[in-house]
Amino acid sequence: MPVSIYAVIGLVCYLIAGPFVGGLLSGIDRKVTARMQGRFGPPIMQPFYDVRKLMEKEPVTVNSGQDFYVMCFLIFIIITGGLFFFGENLLLVIFTLTTANLFLVIGAYSSNSPYAQIGAERELLQMMAYEPMVLLTAVGLYMTTGSFRIGDIVAGVGLDSGGIPLQYLVGIFIGYLFILTMKFRKSPFDLSLSHHAHQELVKGVTTEFSGRTLALIEIAHWYENVFLLGFVFLFFPNGTWYMAVIGAAVALLAFFLEVFIDNAFARMKWQFALKSSWLVTITFGAANLILLYYLRGLM
Amino acid sequence: MSYITKSPWIIHYDGSSCNGCDIEVLACLTPMYDVERFGIINTGNPKHADIFLITGSINEQNVSVVKQIYEQMPEPKAVAAIGICATSGGVFKDCYNIMGGVDTVIPVDVYVPGCAARPEAIIDGVVRALGALDEKKKAMEKRPHETTTAAEAVANLDRMGLPDGAPPEPLEELVLPGDDIEVKYFGTQPDDESADDSKNSGSGKEEA
Amino acid sequence: METIIFLVLIPLVIALALLFIRSDVARGPVIFIGAAATAVFSVILAVRQGIWSDVGPNMLWSGGTESAEATGYVMMGIEAALAVVIFILGIKYKKVLACILAPVQCFILIWFELHAGHSIEVKNNIGIDHFALIMVIIIGIIGTLICVYAVGYMKDFQSHHPEGPDRRWWFFFLMFIFLAAMFGIVLSNNLIYMYFFWEITTLCSFFLIGYTKTEEAVRNSFRALIMNLLGGLAFVLAIVLLGGTYATLEIDRLLELGSSAKALGQPDYIVNAVVMLLCFAGITKAAQMPFNSWLLGAMVAPTPTSALLHSSTMVKAGVFLIVKLSPLLGVQGIMDIGGPGFMVMMVGGLTFVLASFAAVTQSNAKRVLAYSTIANLGLIVACAGIGTPEGVWAAIMLIIFHAVTKSLLFLSVGTAEHNIGSRDIEDMDGLFGRMPRLAVYMIIGIAAMFLAPFGMLISKWAALQSFVDAGGVWVVLMIVFGSAVTVFYWGKWLGKLTAIVANRQNIQDKVHGEEWFVLTGHIVLVIIISLSFPLFSGSVIVPFVTHFFDGITDATAVALSGDNMIIMVVLAATILVLPLLFYGRTRKRVVPLYMGGANEGDNLTFAGSMGKDIPVSLRNWYMEGVFGEKLMNRVGLVTTCVIFAVSFSFAGSLAISVFRYIQGGGTF
Repeated sequence: MPVSIYAVIGLVCYLIAGPFVGGLLSGIDRKVTARMQGRFGPPIMQPFYDVRKLMEKEPVTVNSGQDFYVMCFLIFIIITGGLFFFGENLLLVIFTLTTANLFLVIGAYSSNSPYAQIGAERELLQMMAYEPMVLLTAVGLYMTTGSFRIGDIVAGVGLDSGGIPLQYLVGIFIGYLFILTMKFRKSPFDLSLSHHAHQELVKGVTTEFSGRTLALIEIAHWYENVFLLGFVFLFFPNGTWYMAVIGAAVALLAFFLEVFIDNAFARMKWQFALKSSWLVTITFGAANLILLYYLRGLM
Repeated sequence: MSYITKSPWIIHYDGSSCNGCDIEVLACLTPMYDVERFGIINTGNPKHADIFLITGSINEQNVSVVKQIYEQMPEPKAVAAIGICATSGGVFKDCYNIMGGVDTVIPVDVYVPGCAARPEAIIDGVVRALGALDEKKKAMEKRPHETTTAAEAVANLDRMGLPDGAPPEPLEELVLPGDDIEVKYFGTQPDDESADDSKNSGSGKEEA
Repeated sequence: METIIFLVLIPLVIALALLFIRSDVARGPVIFIGAAATAVFSVILAVRQGIWSDVGPNMLWSGGTESAEATGYVMMGIEAALAVVIFILGIKYKKVLACILAPVQCFILIWFELHAGHSIEVKNNIGIDHFALIMVIIIGIIGTLICVYAVGYMKDFQSHHPEGPDRRWWFFFLMFIFLAAMFGIVLSNNLIYMYFFWEITTLCSFFLIGYTKTEEAVRNSFRALIMNLLGGLAFVLAIVLLGGTYATLEIDRLLELGSSAKALGQPDYIVNAVVMLLCFAGITKAAQMPFNSWLLGAMVAPTPTSALLHSSTMVKAGVFLIVKLSPLLGVQGIMDIGGPGFMVMMVGGLTFVLASFAAVTQSNAKRVLAYSTIANLGLIVACAGIGTPEGVWAAIMLIIFHAVTKSLLFLSVGTAEHNIGSRDIEDMDGLFGRMPRLAVYMIIGIAAMFLAPFGMLISKWAALQSFVDAGGVWVVLMIVFGSAVTVFYWGKWLGKLTAIVANRQNIQDKVHGEEWFVLTGHIVLVIIISLSFPLFSGSVIVPFVTHFFDGITDATAVALSGDNMIIMVVLAATILVLPLLFYGRTRKRVVPLYMGGANEGDNLTFAGSMGKDIPVSLRNWYMEGVFGEKLMNRVGLVTTCVIFAVSFSFAGSLAISVFRYIQGGGTF
């Protein structure tokens, strides 16, 4: 397989710029949230200050194992995003993401702390809730572009001339936006780990992590968020530069939509999270896919 | 200036407060006062927190809880006693079940008297705690990093994770609210003696 | 040729020898030697028949035509004897269905043999291809490892259940007979031979499940027997139908007939009906819904039995047969709805998703494993049902990975059970502290079951891709939901195992030496296959699939692309190496857990109200209300029965009309 120059550029950009973009987005998120609540809000660079501060804190842990899992979490999130921006197979990327997230869950479980374990279980629940839709997104993109390879999807290889994947995948796009709320840990689905204080499970999965370890988790989330927005981008490219620009713009819009949703909703129960996301997966994602099959005469 | 002053995360604990001060602490988070401007977040988790805000006096029931929360905060950390009850015991000082102010169980860096302490005073107290944090950070850099072996870890577990032979840095001086804020004192003002007691009781606990 | 006979004979001889050895001292060495000999011979056979050769061992043997008649009569005699045994036991335990089913199929077969079967000339009784050799190696290595494990395990089992008589001679006799029969199944080309071995495995599992002779064991063993006899009946009917119309009993001839009909674009309804019956037999044996209850019931047996049934034998015989028929399955168009491919695919897919759901609600480790087996077999069955080369590739990969991993997990749970006194996942709290080595083994096994980049996930990936390609959109949906749930139920178990609970005594030095030997052997196998699968995919499975399906020119399209496989191997190596380098190497200060400030300092109790210390007890999440086991089984029963009814009425009416057409001399 010849390695395309774009793939290498994509990978290097992600590895270097990924956390900065992710951190900046997080800062903007906090600022926008504050403004929506009529507050002034922290500086845009606040997330970076937070991480720098956490790095300076005294290193403590509850056992000798949990830091290892967090390190693996970060490594595998970076691998996931790296594979994504390198243009590798979409299914491979999704499966690696599952592995990465599982490391965080195991890290929380390994502490044997009540709050962390509840957070870990809810995190697993969320994984179960969103995974079908993520897989269907990959299948839908494959149906329209004829390839699971992100490099091919971005190049618009299998598309009808002038078309973009989104025009066949409106339902799947809606479904993906729905579960994106869960992936960004936003209300109403911030079950496992909320950014807001005073809640029943303290800090969920991250309860027993502190200092440097917590900073690593934060950085991993930045990497992850950038990669998740890259997923939104995949609905748009057809090989032309202007669709790429539109795609990037929509990805940003999607992010702000999530911030908006976060502030507009209270947190829901887990039953609602599971049932609603599966219902959306079926009514939008699966229906879209089935329609696509029959329209294309593939069944 | 270390980054600790740019991102002070707080944990808030209600000793035996009448909730007046608690409401004022939470008022700081509201749009009116918006402490997140300074990067201040209310975490609710001692392991993430830098500043420990305590309202109300300490009683027999919660003394161990306060100690444990304090111990579970990683260094550098600062404690702010919010309201006159937390400062000295306030009107409850002589109650049968009241130990007194927060400094009877853990070292306190900032006292914010008042009944209830006003949000401006609380914010000012937190900002002053940042100075204490910064100094502790510098002191921490000079000290070699503590590590634990597996065997020590087990021992630590039994001792509720108290640091090995390294008591918290003794307080240089008490930082009181500034003159620019008008503060009304209802209870006894903390004096040097009680501060000394806190040191003794704090370090005595470490060596036990 | 001799090796083939040896392969079946060695376990047979060992089994007979074990029947007469009643002392522990002598039994151990005999089992070790027998297991080693069987394993070595299985590998020798595979290598000698050219498992690594690209051309492929697709060979057929007559299997001694001169003695075929005699062999046939011997088999018939044994079958009749077995039917009598079942009949007597059925009367003894008042099981009417067993009393009916066993003699009925025996009569049909004998009637057929004496009338039509006599005149059918079978050219090749034995058929060997890559797939059969893979199965031989799986049975030869995993099966015998389980037997070795059972030596120590059964010693404990006997001392835990001192009230019953020592019937271990019977147990080990059955185990080895089972292996012999499995070798027979995978090497047969003659359907009569295969049926013979098929029935022996049914009977062996019946006796193994009922080993303890408790009321529950007897009930469950009869359930297994009756369900498998139903499959056996379908098998006999398939033989009669095929022999009666085409005067042949060979699988390769059946495949030729079907393929040529497919090539002409003219479906052969007789072949369709035969394939459907055989697949039905496979489905019962592979414990697909609605027949999954027998495999769950089989949990009453000692753990080595479960391990054997789940990993290398019994259920694998079911999927083996279905995968063998895969070229005749598949869903090309709307007309194939109600065809065998449709039936197999849908039953497999439904079983996968429903069994995965049901697994969420289980806290008994063995039941979780059982539901996971049923689900994974569902996936294999669905992969075979899609009838594409990719699907078969995925199915064989799944069979290999599943056999090794599931055996490892069952045996680990068995060892844990004997040492912590429970097979409940909730009691595995802090296993990491109590039995660190065993916990690590279990963690590796669980990770290999569902986590990228290990084996099972590679197959799942390939399966998903092949369903998308072949247009199986409904199955795609089932896989998508099923695999999401899979992450949940394995994840929470994994969490229990990795949790580090304070103050746990290490008790793992009580484990038998042979148990460690077998478990470590499994771990080595898991790691080897996880790291070397591109190798055996390229040199064994891909050649097989290209031979199996005619007219494949592009061999690379069969499997996942090489790049992806290499990425997976690199990731797997990373995951395996990282803990060795970094796990537990912290230099941080260790502090107690956060429990709202009320931790008593030992991480195990917190200060409750009224000054009372309350122990911390963490429990997992089972979601009974969402994924209720009963509900899933009921849904599975209804949906799969509808599919069976539709498929069989289609196939049956079509086959009957064709039959009439032939009988009527070519006119309707």
